[in-house]
Amino acid sequence: MTLVRDQEVIDSPWPSSEIDGDVPLLTLDEWSARRDELRRTNAPLGLRLASDQGADLIADDVQRFAVIALDFPTFKDGRAYSTARLLRERYGFRGELRAIGNVLRDQLSSMHRCGFSAFEVDGDDAADKLRKALAEIGAWYQWTGDRRPTVAHLRHARRAERARG
Amino acid sequence: MYQYDEIDQSVVDQRVAQFRGQVQRRLSGELSEDEFKPLRLMNGLYLQLHAYMLRVAIPYGTLSSAQLHKLADIARRYDRGYGHFTTRQNLQYNWPKLEDTPDILAELASVEMHAIQTSGNCIRNVTTEQFAGVAADEIDDPRVYAEIVRQWSTFHPEFSFLPRKFKIALTGAPTDRAAVRVHDIGLVLRYDDTGNVGFEVIVGGGQGRTPMIGKTIRAFLPKPYLLSYLEAIMRVYNQYGRRDNMYKARIKILVHEVGAEAFARDVEAEWEHIRATATDLPAAEEARIRAFFAAPPYRQVAGTDPGFAAKRLKDRAFALWVRTNVHAHRQPGYAIANISLKPEGLPPGDATADQMDVIAGLAERYSFGEIRVTHEQNLVLPHVAQADLYAVWQALREHGLGAANIGLISDIIACPGLDYCALANARSIPVAQQLSRRFSDLDRQHDLGELRLKIAGCITACGHHHVGHIGILGVDRKGEEYYQITLGGAADEQAAVGEIVGPAIARDELTDAVENIVTTYVDLRDTGERFIDTYRRLGRDPFKERLYDAR
Amino acid sequence: MQQVFTANRLTDGRVVYLTAAGDWSEDIAEGFLCANEDELSDYQRRAELAAVADEIVEPYAIDVQHGPDGARPVRYREVIRAFGPSIDYAVAVSAGAS
Repeated sequence: MTLVRDQEVIDSPWPSSEIDGDVPLLTLDEWSARRDELRRTNAPLGLRLASDQGADLIADDVQRFAVIALDFPTFKDGRAYSTARLLRERYGFRGELRAIGNVLRDQLSSMHRCGFSAFEVDGDDAADKLRKALAEIGAWYQWTGDRRPTVAHLRHARRAERARG
Repeated sequence: MYQYDEIDQSVVDQRVAQFRGQVQRRLSGELSEDEFKPLRLMNGLYLQLHAYMLRVAIPYGTLSSAQLHKLADIARRYDRGYGHFTTRQNLQYNWPKLEDTPDILAELASVEMHAIQTSGNCIRNVTTEQFAGVAADEIDDPRVYAEIVRQWSTFHPEFSFLPRKFKIALTGAPTDRAAVRVHDIGLVLRYDDTGNVGFEVIVGGGQGRTPMIGKTIRAFLPKPYLLSYLEAIMRVYNQYGRRDNMYKARIKILVHEVGAEAFARDVEAEWEHIRATATDLPAAEEARIRAFFAAPPYRQVAGTDPGFAAKRLKDRAFALWVRTNVHAHRQPGYAIANISLKPEGLPPGDATADQMDVIAGLAERYSFGEIRVTHEQNLVLPHVAQADLYAVWQALREHGLGAANIGLISDIIACPGLDYCALANARSIPVAQQLSRRFSDLDRQHDLGELRLKIAGCITACGHHHVGHIGILGVDRKGEEYYQITLGGAADEQAAVGEIVGPAIARDELTDAVENIVTTYVDLRDTGERFIDTYRRLGRDPFKERLYDAR
Repeated sequence: MQQVFTANRLTDGRVVYLTAAGDWSEDIAEGFLCANEDELSDYQRRAELAAVADEIVEPYAIDVQHGPDGARPVRYREVIRAFGPSIDYAVAVSAGAS
C-alpha cells in the first residue's frame, strides 16, 4: 500500500496538503465521543468515514480535520464519490481528502474529479499509476468542484477564440 | 442529427485507448476478471452463453446512413453477419472476441459511435420516441434534451458506481411512445400555464422482478434546470439506494420504501443547493445542440401525392403496408415509414448485414440519410416523401423487410432468451417464431387489430413482457421450459403492469393458449374495441376462465 | 451420471470443455468425463488453475449423460452452450458468414 498525493504528479486543483508525517485517523464514533476534548486541541486530526457515513454527519466540523479518509469497501460501492463532492463543494473542506480501501487505477481519475487529493493504492508504482490515470482523459462533460472547464465551456471558448480570428 | 465536434470525438477516442489498455491488462493477467468486469460492462461488453456480446449504443435511437453501413460492416468482419436491435434502441452483436473489441470500438468511433455505458451500474443509453422531430403532436423535440442528457451522463465521475443500472427516457408529446413510466427517470415535455417548456419528472418506474409504474415527483420543471435536477435525483439515489441486495437496488425500491413524497422532498432539498450552478447547461450550448435537430430541407409540397394515392388503390399489398407501417408526418407531402424487423418465422429485431446496408441505402436516397430505432425493435425512415413510398416499399419487400404488421399481433417484441443469454430461464425466439407462424394470416391480424405481444426469457424483462397487452415470461420449472402469461399491460401514457392470468404453461401448449386468449377477445369485444380496451372493460376473469377451463 | 468441466475462453468467449490432457476444447466430445470424487476434485483443481492463469473464465462442472451421438448435457441450457442456438436463422447466417 502506498499513499500518493495528487500534488506529487500534477498541479493540484485541490487545496494543498500541508501534512507532516502521519495523522492518525479517528472513526466517526471516536470523534463523536471525544469531540469536545479534541476541538480544543491544535494537533492535526484525521477522520475516516465508512461508505455508509455521509458528509452531512460532520458538516459543522470539516474544517477541524487535516485529513478525511473515505473508505471504498469494494470499488463497486460508489457512495464515497458523492460524499467527496459534498465535503468539497457543500461544506468547503480544505484538507486532504484521501481514498482508502479498494482503490484501483481505473477509478482514480473519477475520484480525483470528485475531490480526492490522495490515494492509498496497491504496489510501489502508485505515483506512476496516478500520473497515467490522470493523463488518460482530457475532457469531461460534467462540472465538479475542481472547476475544470467542461466540454461545453471549452467548446464555446474555442468558438469565441475563432470568432476573434 | 447531432454531430461530434473535435472535443466529443476526443472523449470517445480517449475512452477507446483507455479500454484498449484495460483489455491488454486483462489478457496479460494484470487485471483479474472481477476487476475487469465492471470496466468491460461500462463499454457494453457482456460474457454470455456462447461468447461475448457487445451492445452498441444508438443514442436515443437515431442513426445516420454512414453509421448503419458501419454496423453492417462490423457485423460482417467481426461477427456472424447479423445484429439484434433491442428494446432500448441499441444494437447487439452476439459473437465478438474480447481481443477484437478495442478495434471494433475504434471502428465505431470513426463514425461517432460507441458502446459506452450500455451496461454496468451507471446511467445507460437515454432513449426517446422514434417519431421525435416529425410527429405532429410534439411540444418540443425530445432529441435535443436526450442529447444534453447523453453528454451529461457520459462518464459522470460521481455516478459510475451506482447501486444498480439506471435508465432515463424522454417523450416529446403527451402520447408516450417511449414507455417513460417504466423507466428509472421518465421525462415528459410539457407547457406550464404561461407557455414555457419544461418537464414533468417521473421517478421509480421499472420492470424486472418488481414492476412498478413511476411516480411524478415534480409536475413541472423549467427546462434550464434539467441537469441540476437530474443530478439531485442521482445524488440521492447514489447515497441512499440499497446496496445490500441486488434485487432491491433500483431507484424504484428506494422511492417505494421511503414514499414518493419523502423522496421528492429529499430531491428538492438537494436541488436547492445546486440549481443554477455550473451543472446546468448554458443557453448557448442548448441552442448549439438544438441546431443539429433542425428540420431537413423538405421539398415544398401541397397535399397528398396523387401517385401515392393511386398506388394505394391499385396495389392491395401496398395499401396494407401503408395502413400499418406508414404514419402521418408533420410536413405536408411526407410520411414516416416503419420498417418491420418481424418477418414471419424469423427472430424478432434481427437484421442481416445485407439488410442493414439496404436500409442505409434507402435512408440515404429517400430519408435525408436518417434512420430511427424503436423500443419495439423495429426501424423507421422518418422523412420519406409520399411520392417515394412505393419505391421504398418495393425495395424493402425484396429484402425481407416488407412485413406489414406494425402494431399487430405478429409485431412481437422478444429478448434473445436462452438461445443467447446467460440470464435466461427459457427460450423466447422459438416461441416468437411459432406465434408469428400461427398468426401469419394478415386479414386475421387486421381483424385482431392492435395487439402488443411481448416475450421475455426471464424476469429481467428485457422483452418488456410486463407492459405487453399479452405478456409471456419464461420460467424454469424443474429444468423444463414453462411460460407465464400476463394480460393487460401497457407501455403508453396509460401505463400498466400486466396481470398474471394463471399457472405457467408448457411450451408446446403456449401457442394454443395465446390462440384461446385471442378468441376470447374476439367473442367478447364491443365494436371498435382493441384487445386492451376489452381487457380493461372486462378484466382478467373471462380470459382466465376460458383459458384454464379448457385445459 | 458423469460430469465435465466447462468455461468460456477468455480471448474470444467461446464455450470450452476441459480435456483429459488438461487443455480446453470447443468440442464437448473431447471433454474429460469425471466418474468419481477423486477425478472431480483433480479436474476441479486444474480448472481453477486455468482460471487463475487467465486462460478461461468462471469454470464449473456440468452433468452429462451418454447419448447415441456421444456425451450430452443434462440441462438444456448446457445443450445450447454445447451445440449453439436452437434457431435456424443464426445457424444459416453464421454458416454463410464466417
